[in-house]
Amino acid sequence: MPNTQELKDLTTQVRRDILRMVHKVNSGHPGGSLGCAEFFVALYQDIMDRKEDFEMDGIGEDLFFLSNGHISPVYYSVLARSGFFPVDELNTFRLINSRLQGHPTTHDHLPGVRIASGSLGQGMSVALGAAQTKKLNNDSHLVYSLHGDGELQEGQNWEAIMYAAGNNVDNIISTIDLNGQQIDGSTDDVLPMGNIKAKFEAFGWTVVEINEGNNIEAILKGMAEAKSKTGQGKPVCVLLKTVMGNGVDFMMHTHAWHGKAPNDDQLAEGLRQNPETLGDY
Amino acid sequence: MKTYTNTGSKDTRSGFGAGLTELGKTNENVVALCADLIGSLKMDDFKANHPERFFQVGIAEANMISLAAGMTIGGKIPFTGTFANFSTGRVYDQIRQSVAYSDKNVKICASHAGLTLGEDGATHQILEDIGLMKMLPGMTVINPCDYNQTKAATIAIAEHEGPVYLRFGRPKVANFTPEDQKFEIGKALHLVDGTDVTIVATGHLVWEALEAAKALNEKGISAEVINIHTIKPLDDEAIIKSVTKTGCIVTAEEHNFLGGLGESVARVLATNKPTPQEFVATNDTFGESGTPAQLMEKYGLNSHAIVKAAEAVIKRK
Repeated sequence: MPNTQELKDLTTQVRRDILRMVHKVNSGHPGGSLGCAEFFVALYQDIMDRKEDFEMDGIGEDLFFLSNGHISPVYYSVLARSGFFPVDELNTFRLINSRLQGHPTTHDHLPGVRIASGSLGQGMSVALGAAQTKKLNNDSHLVYSLHGDGELQEGQNWEAIMYAAGNNVDNIISTIDLNGQQIDGSTDDVLPMGNIKAKFEAFGWTVVEINEGNNIEAILKGMAEAKSKTGQGKPVCVLLKTVMGNGVDFMMHTHAWHGKAPNDDQLAEGLRQNPETLGDY
Repeated sequence: MKTYTNTGSKDTRSGFGAGLTELGKTNENVVALCADLIGSLKMDDFKANHPERFFQVGIAEANMISLAAGMTIGGKIPFTGTFANFSTGRVYDQIRQSVAYSDKNVKICASHAGLTLGEDGATHQILEDIGLMKMLPGMTVINPCDYNQTKAATIAIAEHEGPVYLRFGRPKVANFTPEDQKFEIGKALHLVDGTDVTIVATGHLVWEALEAAKALNEKGISAEVINIHTIKPLDDEAIIKSVTKTGCIVTAEEHNFLGGLGESVARVLATNKPTPQEFVATNDTFGESGTPAQLMEKYGLNSHAIVKAAEAVIKRK
Protein backbone atom coordinates (compact mmCIF):
# COMPACT_ATOMS: atom_id res chain seq x y z
CA MET A 1 0.00 0.00 0.00
CA PRO A 2 1.40 3.44 -0.90
CA ASN A 3 2.57 5.74 1.92
CA THR A 4 0.99 9.13 2.58
CA GLN A 5 3.60 11.04 0.58
CA GLU A 6 2.99 8.81 -2.42
CA LEU A 7 -0.75 9.42 -2.12
CA LYS A 8 -0.13 13.16 -1.98
CA ASP A 9 2.11 13.00 -5.04
CA LEU A 10 -0.52 11.05 -6.90
CA THR A 11 -3.15 13.62 -5.90
CA THR A 12 -1.03 16.42 -7.34
CA GLN A 13 -0.69 14.50 -10.58
CA VAL A 14 -4.45 13.85 -10.64
CA ARG A 15 -5.04 17.61 -10.32
CA ARG A 16 -2.80 18.19 -13.33
CA ASP A 17 -4.73 15.52 -15.25
CA ILE A 18 -8.04 17.17 -14.40
CA LEU A 19 -6.89 20.62 -15.49
CA ARG A 20 -5.35 19.36 -18.72
CA MET A 21 -8.37 17.19 -19.61
CA VAL A 22 -10.95 19.95 -19.27
CA HIS A 23 -8.66 22.56 -20.85
CA LYS A 24 -8.09 20.48 -23.97
CA VAL A 25 -11.81 20.20 -24.81
CA ASN A 26 -12.80 23.50 -23.19
CA SER A 27 -15.54 21.74 -21.26
CA GLY A 28 -16.09 19.54 -18.26
CA HIS A 29 -16.29 20.00 -14.50
CA PRO A 30 -13.00 20.87 -12.79
CA GLY A 31 -14.33 22.37 -9.52
CA GLY A 32 -15.95 19.30 -7.96
CA SER A 33 -13.28 17.07 -9.48
CA LEU A 34 -10.46 18.97 -7.76
CA GLY A 35 -12.39 19.01 -4.51
CA CYS A 36 -12.63 15.21 -4.48
CA ALA A 37 -9.11 14.39 -5.72
CA GLU A 38 -7.81 13.33 -2.29
CA PHE A 39 -10.92 11.23 -1.64
CA PHE A 40 -10.63 9.32 -4.94
CA VAL A 41 -6.92 8.73 -4.48
CA ALA A 42 -7.40 7.47 -0.93
CA LEU A 43 -10.37 5.33 -1.98
CA TYR A 44 -8.72 3.58 -4.91
CA GLN A 45 -5.16 3.40 -3.51
CA ASP A 46 -5.87 2.50 0.08
CA ILE A 47 -9.43 2.19 1.34
CA MET A 48 -11.06 -0.19 -1.12
CA ASP A 49 -10.24 -3.88 -1.28
CA ARG A 50 -9.96 -4.39 -5.05
CA LYS A 51 -9.19 -7.39 -7.21
CA GLU A 52 -5.94 -7.00 -9.08
CA ASP A 53 -7.19 -8.39 -12.37
CA PHE A 54 -9.69 -5.54 -13.01
CA GLU A 55 -12.44 -8.10 -13.66
CA MET A 56 -15.80 -6.36 -13.85
CA ASP A 57 -18.05 -9.15 -12.52
CA GLY A 58 -18.55 -7.23 -9.28
CA ILE A 59 -17.90 -10.28 -7.12
CA GLY A 60 -15.34 -10.66 -4.34
CA GLU A 61 -14.20 -7.04 -4.08
CA ASP A 62 -15.35 -3.66 -2.83
CA LEU A 63 -17.32 -1.65 -5.37
CA PHE A 64 -17.60 2.07 -5.98
CA PHE A 65 -20.43 4.03 -7.62
CA LEU A 66 -20.13 7.67 -8.63
CA SER A 67 -23.57 9.23 -8.48
CA ASN A 68 -22.57 12.81 -9.34
CA GLY A 69 -21.19 11.74 -12.69
CA HIS A 70 -20.17 15.22 -13.80
CA ILE A 71 -16.95 14.93 -11.79
CA SER A 72 -15.81 12.37 -14.34
CA PRO A 73 -12.35 13.99 -14.79
CA VAL A 74 -11.19 12.96 -11.31
CA TYR A 75 -12.84 9.54 -11.69
CA TYR A 76 -11.13 8.86 -15.04
CA SER A 77 -7.76 10.13 -13.87
CA VAL A 78 -7.76 7.96 -10.74
CA LEU A 79 -9.08 4.91 -12.60
CA ALA A 80 -6.35 5.27 -15.22
CA ARG A 81 -3.62 5.87 -12.68
CA SER A 82 -4.86 2.85 -10.70
CA GLY A 83 -4.40 0.65 -13.77
CA PHE A 84 -7.94 0.21 -15.08
CA PHE A 85 -7.03 1.57 -18.52
CA PRO A 86 -4.01 3.27 -20.14
CA VAL A 87 -3.22 6.74 -18.77
CA ASP A 88 -2.78 7.98 -22.35
CA GLU A 89 -6.49 7.47 -22.90
CA LEU A 90 -7.12 10.54 -20.73
CA ASN A 91 -6.18 12.41 -23.90
CA THR A 92 -9.52 11.37 -25.41
CA PHE A 93 -11.75 12.84 -22.69
CA ARG A 94 -15.01 14.15 -24.23
CA LEU A 95 -13.77 13.60 -27.78
CA ILE A 96 -15.83 11.79 -30.40
CA ASN A 97 -15.42 7.99 -30.38
CA SER A 98 -13.90 8.08 -26.89
CA ARG A 99 -14.74 5.72 -24.04
CA LEU A 100 -14.29 8.71 -21.74
CA GLN A 101 -17.70 10.27 -22.26
CA GLY A 102 -18.57 13.61 -20.68
CA HIS A 103 -20.41 11.67 -18.00
CA PRO A 104 -19.36 8.10 -17.15
CA THR A 105 -21.03 5.26 -18.98
CA THR A 106 -20.78 1.50 -19.32
CA HIS A 107 -21.79 1.78 -22.95
CA ASP A 108 -18.26 1.56 -24.28
CA HIS A 109 -17.05 -0.86 -21.61
CA LEU A 110 -14.57 1.45 -19.95
CA PRO A 111 -13.04 -0.68 -17.17
CA GLY A 112 -13.93 0.56 -13.70
CA VAL A 113 -17.29 2.10 -14.58
CA ARG A 114 -20.22 -0.07 -13.57
CA ILE A 115 -23.22 2.19 -14.22
CA ALA A 116 -23.95 5.33 -16.19
CA SER A 117 -24.37 8.46 -14.10
CA GLY A 118 -24.99 12.08 -14.88
CA SER A 119 -28.69 12.46 -14.44
CA LEU A 120 -28.53 13.03 -10.70
CA GLY A 121 -30.00 11.19 -7.76
CA GLN A 122 -29.85 7.59 -8.94
CA GLY A 123 -26.50 6.40 -7.64
CA MET A 124 -27.44 5.66 -4.05
CA SER A 125 -30.25 3.34 -5.15
CA VAL A 126 -27.89 1.59 -7.55
CA ALA A 127 -25.25 1.20 -4.84
CA LEU A 128 -27.86 -0.20 -2.46
CA GLY A 129 -28.92 -2.73 -5.09
CA ALA A 130 -25.32 -3.84 -5.49
CA ALA A 131 -25.02 -4.05 -1.70
CA GLN A 132 -28.12 -6.25 -1.51
CA THR A 133 -26.67 -8.55 -4.15
CA LYS A 134 -23.44 -8.80 -2.14
CA LYS A 135 -25.46 -10.03 0.81
CA LEU A 136 -27.31 -12.58 -1.36
CA ASN A 137 -23.94 -13.77 -2.69
CA ASN A 138 -22.49 -14.00 0.85
CA ASP A 139 -19.84 -11.56 -0.34
CA SER A 140 -18.60 -9.65 2.70
CA HIS A 141 -17.07 -6.81 0.69
CA LEU A 142 -18.40 -3.27 0.90
CA VAL A 143 -20.08 -0.91 -1.52
CA TYR A 144 -18.98 2.74 -1.63
CA SER A 145 -20.77 5.60 -3.30
CA LEU A 146 -20.20 9.32 -3.75
CA HIS A 147 -22.84 12.03 -4.08
CA GLY A 148 -22.82 15.79 -4.37
CA ASP A 149 -24.43 17.79 -1.60
CA GLY A 150 -26.57 19.68 -4.09
CA GLU A 151 -27.53 16.30 -5.52
CA LEU A 152 -29.39 15.55 -2.29
CA GLN A 153 -32.07 17.92 -3.60
CA GLU A 154 -33.15 15.04 -5.89
CA GLY A 155 -35.99 13.24 -4.13
CA GLN A 156 -34.93 9.75 -5.12
CA ASN A 157 -32.04 10.03 -2.66
CA TRP A 158 -34.49 10.18 0.20
CA GLU A 159 -36.34 7.11 -1.07
CA ALA A 160 -32.99 5.33 -1.03
CA ILE A 161 -31.95 6.73 2.35
CA MET A 162 -35.25 5.52 3.85
CA TYR A 163 -34.95 2.13 2.18
CA ALA A 164 -31.38 1.53 3.33
CA ALA A 165 -32.13 2.07 7.00
CA GLY A 166 -35.47 0.25 6.84
CA ASN A 167 -33.77 -2.79 5.38
CA ASN A 168 -30.59 -2.69 7.47
CA VAL A 169 -28.30 -2.38 4.48
CA ASP A 170 -25.13 -2.12 6.57
CA ASN A 171 -22.56 -2.98 3.91
CA ILE A 172 -22.65 0.43 2.25
CA ILE A 173 -20.68 3.62 2.88
CA SER A 174 -22.26 6.56 1.05
CA THR A 175 -20.13 9.68 1.04
CA ILE A 176 -21.59 13.13 0.53
CA ASP A 177 -19.23 15.72 -0.93
CA LEU A 178 -20.11 18.68 1.23
CA ASN A 179 -18.58 21.51 -0.75
CA GLY A 180 -21.55 23.80 -0.27
CA GLN A 181 -21.70 24.74 -3.95
CA GLN A 182 -23.86 23.92 -6.95
CA ILE A 183 -24.25 25.36 -10.45
CA ASP A 184 -26.33 28.40 -9.56
CA GLY A 185 -24.49 29.33 -6.37
CA SER A 186 -24.03 28.11 -2.83
CA THR A 187 -26.34 25.30 -1.76
CA ASP A 188 -27.71 27.61 0.92
CA ASP A 189 -28.67 30.15 -1.73
CA VAL A 190 -30.17 27.66 -4.18
CA LEU A 191 -32.10 25.47 -1.77
CA PRO A 192 -31.09 25.40 1.88
CA MET A 193 -30.92 21.78 3.00
CA GLY A 194 -30.63 22.39 6.72
CA ASN A 195 -28.71 19.98 8.89
CA ILE A 196 -27.72 17.11 6.61
CA LYS A 197 -26.14 15.15 9.45
CA ALA A 198 -29.34 15.35 11.49
CA LYS A 199 -31.37 14.31 8.47
CA PHE A 200 -29.30 11.17 7.84
CA GLU A 201 -29.39 10.32 11.53
CA ALA A 202 -33.13 10.86 11.68
CA PHE A 203 -33.48 8.41 8.79
CA GLY A 204 -31.52 5.82 10.80
CA TRP A 205 -28.01 6.07 9.34
CA THR A 206 -24.71 6.14 11.17
CA VAL A 207 -22.90 9.36 10.24
CA VAL A 208 -19.15 9.89 10.22
CA GLU A 209 -17.85 13.41 9.62
CA ILE A 210 -14.57 14.17 7.89
CA ASN A 211 -14.01 17.85 8.46
CA GLU A 212 -10.79 18.03 6.45
CA GLY A 213 -11.95 16.36 3.27
CA ASN A 214 -8.89 17.55 1.35
CA ASN A 215 -6.44 16.05 3.82
CA ILE A 216 -5.34 12.50 2.94
CA GLU A 217 -4.61 11.52 6.56
CA ALA A 218 -7.99 12.80 7.72
CA ILE A 219 -9.74 10.91 4.92
CA LEU A 220 -7.94 7.66 5.71
CA LYS A 221 -8.79 8.00 9.40
CA GLY A 222 -12.41 8.92 8.79
CA MET A 223 -12.99 6.19 6.23
CA ALA A 224 -11.39 3.62 8.57
CA GLU A 225 -13.85 4.73 11.20
CA ALA A 226 -16.71 4.46 8.69
CA LYS A 227 -15.58 0.96 7.74
CA SER A 228 -15.54 -0.05 11.40
CA LYS A 229 -19.20 0.95 11.67
CA THR A 230 -20.39 -1.28 8.83
CA GLY A 231 -21.96 -4.62 9.64
CA GLN A 232 -23.86 -3.21 12.58
CA GLY A 233 -27.34 -3.13 11.12
CA LYS A 234 -27.21 0.46 9.87
CA PRO A 235 -26.07 2.08 6.64
CA VAL A 236 -23.10 4.43 7.01
CA CYS A 237 -22.90 7.97 5.66
CA VAL A 238 -19.68 9.96 5.46
CA LEU A 239 -20.02 13.73 5.37
CA LEU A 240 -16.87 14.84 3.57
CA LYS A 241 -16.26 18.56 3.87
CA THR A 242 -14.26 19.61 0.84
CA VAL A 243 -13.31 22.81 -0.92
CA MET A 244 -14.46 22.98 -4.49
CA GLY A 245 -11.51 23.65 -6.80
CA ASN A 246 -9.03 22.61 -4.12
CA GLY A 247 -5.36 22.95 -5.03
CA VAL A 248 -5.79 25.72 -7.59
CA ASP A 249 -6.14 28.93 -5.60
CA PHE A 250 -8.28 30.90 -8.05
CA MET A 251 -10.74 28.02 -8.40
CA MET A 252 -11.32 27.60 -4.67
CA HIS A 253 -14.31 28.65 -2.54
CA THR A 254 -16.57 29.46 -5.49
CA HIS A 255 -19.12 27.74 -7.70
CA ALA A 256 -17.68 29.58 -10.73
CA TRP A 257 -15.60 26.58 -11.80
CA HIS A 258 -18.34 24.00 -11.45
CA GLY A 259 -18.56 23.47 -15.18
CA LYS A 260 -16.01 25.80 -16.73
CA ALA A 261 -12.61 24.99 -18.21
CA PRO A 262 -9.49 27.13 -17.66
CA ASN A 263 -8.03 29.13 -20.57
CA ASP A 264 -4.37 28.78 -21.56
CA ASP A 265 -3.07 31.22 -18.95
CA GLN A 266 -5.24 29.80 -16.22
CA LEU A 267 -4.09 26.29 -17.10
CA ALA A 268 -0.46 27.38 -16.90
CA GLU A 269 -1.05 28.94 -13.49
CA GLY A 270 -2.94 25.87 -12.24
CA LEU A 271 -0.16 23.57 -13.40
CA ARG A 272 2.47 25.85 -11.85
CA GLN A 273 0.71 25.42 -8.50
CA ASN A 274 0.77 21.62 -8.97
CA PRO A 275 4.18 20.53 -10.22
CA GLU A 276 4.41 17.27 -12.13
CA THR A 277 5.03 14.24 -9.89
CA LEU A 278 4.38 10.91 -11.62
CA GLY A 279 4.55 12.31 -15.14
CA ASP A 280 1.85 13.81 -17.37
CA TYR A 281 -0.05 11.55 -19.76
CA MET B 1 -60.74 -21.52 -40.68
CA LYS B 2 -58.74 -22.52 -37.65
CA THR B 3 -60.52 -21.72 -34.39
CA TYR B 4 -59.33 -21.42 -30.82
CA THR B 5 -61.03 -22.40 -27.59
CA ASN B 6 -61.05 -20.40 -24.41
CA THR B 7 -60.06 -22.93 -21.77
CA GLY B 8 -61.24 -20.61 -19.00
CA SER B 9 -60.71 -16.89 -18.67
CA LYS B 10 -57.82 -15.78 -16.49
CA ASP B 11 -55.91 -12.56 -15.91
CA THR B 12 -52.53 -12.17 -17.57
CA ARG B 13 -51.06 -10.78 -14.35
CA SER B 14 -51.69 -14.18 -12.78
CA GLY B 15 -49.73 -15.69 -15.66
CA PHE B 16 -46.87 -13.41 -14.64
CA GLY B 17 -47.21 -14.52 -11.03
CA ALA B 18 -47.19 -18.19 -12.05
CA GLY B 19 -44.13 -17.65 -14.24
CA LEU B 20 -42.33 -15.91 -11.41
CA THR B 21 -43.19 -18.78 -9.06
CA GLU B 22 -41.68 -21.19 -11.57
CA LEU B 23 -38.54 -19.08 -11.93
CA GLY B 24 -38.17 -19.03 -8.17
CA LYS B 25 -37.76 -22.78 -8.26
CA THR B 26 -35.56 -23.03 -11.33
CA ASN B 27 -33.30 -19.95 -11.32
CA GLU B 28 -31.67 -18.93 -8.06
CA ASN B 29 -30.42 -15.67 -9.55
CA VAL B 30 -33.94 -14.36 -10.08
CA VAL B 31 -34.88 -11.72 -7.50
CA ALA B 32 -38.13 -9.77 -7.34
CA LEU B 33 -38.90 -6.21 -6.26
CA CYS B 34 -42.29 -4.67 -5.71
CA ALA B 35 -43.52 -1.17 -4.89
CA ASP B 36 -46.40 -1.94 -2.53
CA LEU B 37 -48.52 -3.92 -5.00
CA ILE B 38 -47.70 -7.55 -4.22
CA GLY B 39 -51.30 -8.71 -4.42
CA SER B 40 -52.07 -6.80 -7.60
CA LEU B 41 -48.97 -8.18 -9.31
CA LYS B 42 -49.56 -11.74 -8.00
CA MET B 43 -46.09 -11.87 -6.49
CA ASP B 44 -47.34 -13.41 -3.21
CA ASP B 45 -46.09 -16.91 -4.00
CA PHE B 46 -42.59 -15.81 -4.88
CA LYS B 47 -42.43 -13.73 -1.73
CA ALA B 48 -43.64 -16.59 0.45
CA ASN B 49 -41.31 -19.15 -1.10
CA HIS B 50 -38.21 -16.96 -1.39
CA PRO B 51 -38.37 -14.18 1.19
CA GLU B 52 -34.61 -13.65 0.96
CA ARG B 53 -34.90 -12.92 -2.76
CA PHE B 54 -37.95 -10.67 -2.48
CA PHE B 55 -37.59 -6.93 -1.90
CA GLN B 56 -40.54 -4.80 -0.84
CA VAL B 57 -39.42 -1.27 -1.63
CA GLY B 58 -42.54 0.60 -0.61
CA ILE B 59 -44.13 3.35 -2.69
CA ALA B 60 -40.83 4.41 -4.23
CA GLU B 61 -40.68 3.32 -7.85
CA ALA B 62 -37.62 5.39 -8.78
CA ASN B 63 -35.64 3.72 -6.02
CA MET B 64 -36.97 0.33 -7.13
CA ILE B 65 -35.76 0.66 -10.72
CA SER B 66 -32.29 1.89 -9.76
CA LEU B 67 -32.00 -0.75 -7.00
CA ALA B 68 -32.78 -3.37 -9.64
CA ALA B 69 -30.07 -1.95 -11.90
CA GLY B 70 -27.57 -2.22 -9.04
CA MET B 71 -28.63 -5.75 -8.18
CA THR B 72 -27.56 -6.98 -11.60
CA ILE B 73 -23.97 -6.15 -10.61
CA GLY B 74 -22.90 -9.44 -9.09
CA GLY B 75 -25.21 -11.54 -11.24
CA LYS B 76 -28.81 -11.22 -10.05
CA ILE B 77 -31.73 -11.03 -12.49
CA PRO B 78 -34.21 -8.55 -10.99
CA PHE B 79 -37.90 -8.55 -11.89
CA THR B 80 -39.62 -5.32 -10.84
CA GLY B 81 -43.37 -5.23 -10.35
CA THR B 82 -45.83 -2.36 -10.33
CA PHE B 83 -48.58 -0.93 -12.55
CA ALA B 84 -47.57 -0.12 -16.13
CA ASN B 85 -47.98 3.61 -15.54
CA PHE B 86 -45.65 3.58 -12.53
CA SER B 87 -43.28 1.16 -14.33
CA THR B 88 -42.62 3.53 -17.21
CA GLY B 89 -43.67 7.17 -17.21
CA ARG B 90 -42.97 7.69 -13.54
CA VAL B 91 -39.46 6.24 -13.78
CA TYR B 92 -38.46 6.97 -17.35
CA ASP B 93 -35.16 8.60 -16.47
CA GLN B 94 -34.18 5.82 -14.08
CA ILE B 95 -34.90 3.23 -16.77
CA ARG B 96 -33.15 5.31 -19.41
CA GLN B 97 -29.88 5.93 -17.55
CA SER B 98 -29.49 3.11 -15.03
CA VAL B 99 -31.11 0.28 -16.99
CA ALA B 100 -31.17 0.87 -20.77
CA TYR B 101 -28.09 3.05 -21.28
CA SER B 102 -26.19 1.00 -18.71
CA ASP B 103 -27.41 -2.20 -20.43
CA LYS B 104 -28.49 -3.84 -17.20
CA ASN B 105 -30.30 -7.16 -17.11
CA VAL B 106 -33.49 -5.84 -15.49
CA LYS B 107 -36.97 -7.17 -16.26
CA ILE B 108 -39.56 -4.41 -15.88
CA CYS B 109 -42.85 -6.23 -15.34
CA ALA B 110 -45.87 -4.01 -15.72
CA SER B 111 -49.42 -4.93 -14.85
CA HIS B 112 -52.71 -3.06 -15.31
CA ALA B 113 -51.59 -1.77 -18.71
CA GLY B 114 -54.05 -0.06 -21.02
CA LEU B 115 -57.68 0.82 -20.47
CA THR B 116 -58.70 -2.51 -18.95
CA LEU B 117 -57.50 -1.44 -15.53
CA GLY B 118 -61.01 -0.03 -15.58
CA GLU B 119 -62.64 1.92 -12.81
CA ASP B 120 -59.54 3.61 -11.36
CA GLY B 121 -59.48 5.84 -14.42
CA ALA B 122 -56.82 7.59 -16.44
CA THR B 123 -54.35 8.34 -13.63
CA HIS B 124 -53.74 4.61 -13.33
CA GLN B 125 -54.31 3.54 -16.92
CA ILE B 126 -51.54 4.03 -19.44
CA LEU B 127 -51.77 4.05 -23.23
CA GLU B 128 -48.30 5.42 -23.89
CA ASP B 129 -46.02 2.82 -22.29
CA ILE B 130 -45.19 0.77 -25.40
CA GLY B 131 -44.02 3.93 -27.10
CA LEU B 132 -41.96 5.06 -24.14
CA MET B 133 -40.25 1.70 -23.83
CA LYS B 134 -39.71 0.88 -27.49
CA MET B 135 -37.88 4.18 -28.01
CA LEU B 136 -35.17 3.17 -25.55
CA PRO B 137 -32.16 1.68 -27.37
CA GLY B 138 -31.63 -1.94 -26.41
CA MET B 139 -35.00 -2.40 -24.71
CA THR B 140 -37.05 -5.48 -25.61
CA VAL B 141 -40.82 -4.88 -25.44
CA ILE B 142 -43.23 -7.78 -24.94
CA ASN B 143 -47.03 -7.76 -24.60
CA PRO B 144 -48.35 -11.33 -24.34
CA CYS B 145 -51.98 -12.15 -25.08
CA ASP B 146 -53.24 -14.49 -22.37
CA TYR B 147 -52.44 -16.25 -19.11
CA ASN B 148 -50.48 -19.13 -20.62
CA GLN B 149 -48.45 -16.89 -22.88
CA THR B 150 -47.68 -14.42 -20.11
CA LYS B 151 -46.43 -17.25 -17.94
CA ALA B 152 -44.24 -18.55 -20.77
CA ALA B 153 -42.95 -15.05 -21.55
CA THR B 154 -42.05 -14.43 -17.90
CA ILE B 155 -39.98 -17.60 -17.85
CA ALA B 156 -38.38 -16.83 -21.23
CA ILE B 157 -37.19 -13.32 -20.37
CA ALA B 158 -35.08 -14.64 -17.49
CA GLU B 159 -32.97 -16.41 -20.10
CA HIS B 160 -32.62 -13.29 -22.23
CA GLU B 161 -29.60 -11.13 -21.37
CA GLY B 162 -30.59 -7.46 -21.39
CA PRO B 163 -33.39 -5.12 -20.34
CA VAL B 164 -36.97 -6.20 -21.03
CA TYR B 165 -40.34 -4.48 -20.66
CA LEU B 166 -43.07 -7.08 -20.06
CA ARG B 167 -46.60 -5.66 -20.29
CA PHE B 168 -49.71 -7.40 -19.05
CA GLY B 169 -53.11 -6.61 -17.57
CA ARG B 170 -55.68 -6.85 -14.86
CA PRO B 171 -58.94 -8.33 -16.24
CA LYS B 172 -59.76 -11.96 -16.85
CA VAL B 173 -59.48 -12.60 -20.57
CA ALA B 174 -59.75 -15.69 -22.75
CA ASN B 175 -56.96 -18.21 -22.19
CA PHE B 176 -56.44 -20.01 -25.46
CA THR B 177 -52.74 -20.52 -26.20
CA PRO B 178 -51.09 -23.85 -25.27
CA GLU B 179 -50.19 -24.41 -21.64
CA ASP B 180 -46.82 -25.91 -22.53
CA GLN B 181 -45.79 -23.37 -25.18
CA LYS B 182 -42.18 -22.33 -25.61
CA PHE B 183 -41.97 -18.55 -25.84
CA GLU B 184 -39.60 -17.23 -28.46
CA ILE B 185 -38.83 -13.52 -28.07
CA GLY B 186 -39.26 -11.64 -31.35
CA LYS B 187 -41.13 -14.43 -33.16
CA ALA B 188 -44.62 -13.60 -34.40
CA LEU B 189 -47.17 -16.37 -34.03
CA HIS B 190 -49.31 -17.19 -37.01
CA LEU B 191 -52.76 -18.03 -35.63
CA VAL B 192 -55.15 -18.07 -38.59
CA ASP B 193 -54.48 -18.38 -42.32
CA GLY B 194 -56.28 -15.92 -44.56
CA THR B 195 -56.05 -14.26 -47.95
CA ASP B 196 -58.05 -10.99 -47.87
CA VAL B 197 -56.64 -9.05 -44.94
CA THR B 198 -53.90 -9.40 -42.32
CA ILE B 199 -54.75 -8.62 -38.71
CA VAL B 200 -51.76 -8.23 -36.42
CA ALA B 201 -52.66 -7.83 -32.77
CA THR B 202 -50.88 -7.67 -29.45
CA GLY B 203 -51.91 -8.31 -25.85
CA HIS B 204 -55.61 -8.43 -25.01
CA LEU B 205 -56.49 -7.55 -28.61
CA VAL B 206 -55.29 -10.92 -29.94
CA TRP B 207 -58.43 -12.73 -28.75
CA GLU B 208 -60.51 -9.89 -30.15
CA ALA B 209 -58.72 -10.36 -33.48
CA LEU B 210 -59.65 -14.04 -33.48
CA GLU B 211 -63.28 -13.13 -32.77
CA ALA B 212 -63.12 -10.58 -35.57
CA ALA B 213 -61.70 -13.17 -37.99
CA LYS B 214 -64.68 -15.45 -37.21
CA ALA B 215 -67.14 -12.63 -37.87
CA LEU B 216 -65.35 -11.69 -41.07
CA ASN B 217 -65.36 -15.31 -42.17
CA GLU B 218 -69.13 -15.38 -41.82
CA LYS B 219 -69.22 -12.38 -44.16
CA GLY B 220 -67.06 -14.24 -46.65
CA ILE B 221 -63.86 -12.36 -45.83
CA SER B 222 -60.75 -14.43 -45.19
CA ALA B 223 -58.62 -12.81 -42.48
CA GLU B 224 -55.12 -13.84 -41.49
CA VAL B 225 -54.41 -13.36 -37.78
CA ILE B 226 -50.93 -12.90 -36.36
CA ASN B 227 -50.09 -12.57 -32.68
CA ILE B 228 -47.30 -10.04 -32.27
CA HIS B 229 -46.31 -10.61 -28.64
CA THR B 230 -42.93 -8.94 -29.15
CA ILE B 231 -43.23 -5.37 -30.35
CA LYS B 232 -39.47 -4.86 -30.22
CA PRO B 233 -37.66 -6.50 -31.86
CA LEU B 234 -40.51 -6.77 -34.35
CA ASP B 235 -40.84 -9.81 -36.61
CA ASP B 236 -40.65 -7.78 -39.83
CA GLU B 237 -40.47 -10.84 -42.02
CA ALA B 238 -43.73 -12.36 -40.77
CA ILE B 239 -45.56 -9.09 -41.40
CA ILE B 240 -44.12 -8.53 -44.88
CA LYS B 241 -44.81 -12.13 -45.85
CA SER B 242 -48.44 -11.91 -44.76
CA VAL B 243 -49.26 -8.63 -46.51
CA THR B 244 -47.57 -9.91 -49.64
CA LYS B 245 -50.42 -12.41 -49.69
CA THR B 246 -53.31 -10.27 -48.38
CA GLY B 247 -52.42 -6.78 -49.63
CA CYS B 248 -53.73 -4.91 -46.58
CA ILE B 249 -53.36 -4.87 -42.81
CA VAL B 250 -55.10 -3.97 -39.57
CA THR B 251 -53.05 -3.45 -36.43
CA ALA B 252 -54.79 -3.85 -33.07
CA GLU B 253 -53.51 -2.87 -29.65
CA GLU B 254 -54.65 -1.50 -26.30
CA HIS B 255 -52.48 1.60 -26.70
CA ASN B 256 -52.37 5.00 -28.32
CA PHE B 257 -51.92 4.77 -32.09
CA LEU B 258 -49.03 7.19 -31.58
CA GLY B 259 -46.02 5.17 -30.52
CA GLY B 260 -47.61 1.76 -30.49
CA LEU B 261 -47.45 -1.49 -32.44
CA GLY B 262 -49.27 0.08 -35.40
CA GLU B 263 -46.58 2.68 -35.91
CA SER B 264 -43.85 0.04 -35.75
CA VAL B 265 -45.70 -2.00 -38.38
CA ALA B 266 -46.22 1.10 -40.53
CA ARG B 267 -42.47 1.77 -40.49
CA VAL B 268 -41.70 -1.79 -41.59
CA LEU B 269 -44.23 -1.59 -44.41
CA ALA B 270 -43.30 1.91 -45.53
CA THR B 271 -39.68 0.89 -45.95
CA ASN B 272 -40.28 -2.59 -47.37
CA LYS B 273 -43.71 -2.91 -48.91
CA PRO B 274 -46.10 0.06 -48.75
CA THR B 275 -49.49 -1.39 -47.81
CA PRO B 276 -52.87 0.09 -46.82
CA GLN B 277 -53.17 -0.04 -43.02
CA GLU B 278 -55.90 0.72 -40.50
CA PHE B 279 -55.17 1.26 -36.81
CA VAL B 280 -57.28 -0.19 -34.01
CA ALA B 281 -55.86 1.80 -31.12
CA THR B 282 -56.81 4.77 -29.00
CA ASN B 283 -56.82 8.10 -30.79
CA ASP B 284 -54.40 10.34 -28.87
CA THR B 285 -56.51 10.36 -25.75
CA PHE B 286 -56.44 9.51 -22.06
CA GLY B 287 -58.80 6.87 -20.73
CA GLU B 288 -61.47 7.23 -18.04
CA SER B 289 -63.38 5.24 -15.43
CA GLY B 290 -65.66 2.42 -16.51
CA THR B 291 -65.75 -1.35 -16.76
CA PRO B 292 -63.11 -2.86 -19.03
CA ALA B 293 -65.75 -3.96 -21.55
CA GLN B 294 -67.39 -0.52 -21.60
CA LEU B 295 -64.04 1.16 -22.13
CA MET B 296 -62.96 -1.18 -24.90
CA GLU B 297 -66.27 -0.54 -26.65
CA LYS B 298 -66.19 3.23 -26.18
CA TYR B 299 -62.56 3.56 -27.32
CA GLY B 300 -62.97 1.15 -30.22
CA LEU B 301 -60.69 -1.64 -29.09
CA ASN B 302 -62.79 -4.79 -29.53
CA SER B 303 -63.65 -7.32 -32.22
CA HIS B 304 -66.35 -5.04 -33.71
CA ALA B 305 -63.81 -2.31 -34.21
CA ILE B 306 -61.39 -4.76 -35.83
CA VAL B 307 -64.12 -5.98 -38.22
CA LYS B 308 -64.91 -2.40 -39.24
CA ALA B 309 -61.24 -1.61 -39.74
CA ALA B 310 -60.75 -4.77 -41.84
CA GLU B 311 -63.68 -3.89 -44.10
CA ALA B 312 -62.37 -0.35 -44.48
CA VAL B 313 -58.81 -1.38 -45.31
CA ILE B 314 -59.90 -3.98 -47.86
CA LYS B 315 -61.66 -1.19 -49.78
CA ARG B 316 -58.37 0.73 -49.93
CA LYS B 317 -56.49 -2.08 -51.68
